Amino acid sequence: MLRGDLEGEDLERYVEEKVVTTTFEKMINLARANSIFPLTFGLACCAIEAPISIVTARYDLARFGAEALRASPRQADLIILSGRVSIKMAPVVRRLYDQMLEPKWAISMGACSSSGGMFANYAVVQGADKFMPIDMHIPGCPPRPEAVMYGFNKLQRKIMGSPDQGWRQRYNAAGTEEWARGGPASTPSPEAAAAYEAARELTLA
Amino acid sequence: MPDAPGLELIRGEIERDRPGAVLATSFDREQAALIVDPAQLLAVLAWLRDEPGQRYTFLSSLHVADYLPAEPRFGVHYELLNRDRVERLRVKAMLADPGDGGLPAIDSCVELFPTADFQEREAFDFFGIEFRGHPDLTRILLPEDYVGWPQRRDFPVGGEPVTFTYNERNYG
Repeated sequence: MLRGDLEGEDLERYVEEKVVTTTFEKMINLARANSIFPLTFGLACCAIEAPISIVTARYDLARFGAEALRASPRQADLIILSGRVSIKMAPVVRRLYDQMLEPKWAISMGACSSSGGMFANYAVVQGADKFMPIDMHIPGCPPRPEAVMYGFNKLQRKIMGSPDQGWRQRYNAAGTEEWARGGPASTPSPEAAAAYEAARELTLA
Repeated sequence: MPDAPGLELIRGEIERDRPGAVLATSFDREQAALIVDPAQLLAVLAWLRDEPGQRYTFLSSLHVADYLPAEPRFGVHYELLNRDRVERLRVKAMLADPGDGGLPAIDSCVELFPTADFQEREAFDFFGIEFRGHPDLTRILLPEDYVGWPQRRDFPVGGEPVTFTYNERNYG
């Protein structure tokens, strides 16, 4: 359409019908929600359902823009904890989560990673949110792939609405952001900074 | 599988050279077992491995059981296999808990059966049995900084109680 094709009333109506105004934040979040790169990561039997089944042709996570599973946490937006987290694995999972770049999300899938499930014993962490922030819990043992997709859609809606729901404040984890190229960093409280440094030294030792 | 008389013959041959090495025998559900003196365990295992008539050359499993409240408390089990005759023989050494946080100890058989390396580490990891002479006796499955021996019967199961309505109604 060229300038001058529409005038007056017609132009007003055309703009009203064709143009949407929104905020930059909302547009960014729309893009983030529909191009999630999950981490290629499985912990136990739930991994059959989550990273494997839902990317196959029958369930096809590509419909929601998440077919590109990344092999490196540096390239991933989403980590799906698919199975029980043993206390020996927990520091490794936490380190993977810390290495993911902002913004990042975590789904705890199945009874085991959400609560310990049937493994109420000395070897398994009783709920993954004891050591990292979880955005979405999907119940089931294991959840059907449909349930995983439903949880994924809920996560997309959450990303478009309120992306982080302030977990960094709730977990006193300000200043621990990982950005691709020197993004904005918040200032941590002195206690949080000291705890973060101590944890880093422990994991790097 | 040696039958019951065969087991007694094996016991007699060991007893001839090392009196007191075999404390008892057990033949239960077609399974032959020698209960041996822990101090002479290595000699018995070496004899069973190298004696031309025996040749139990393969250690198919090494594991520990906690028989609490029986005394002595720990049983270290060696499952031997003769691969020519397909005969299995179990050697069992009973260890008492020394108490005061000390660990029950037995000689390591890694020199005789290299496969025992990881299995002895696993037994140490979960039951706290010390294998004297093991090349690297460290935890193998649990985290290095884990405290306690979780497969012992007096170790708490762990986890967190779940408030199911059933439990609340019956035990709450």
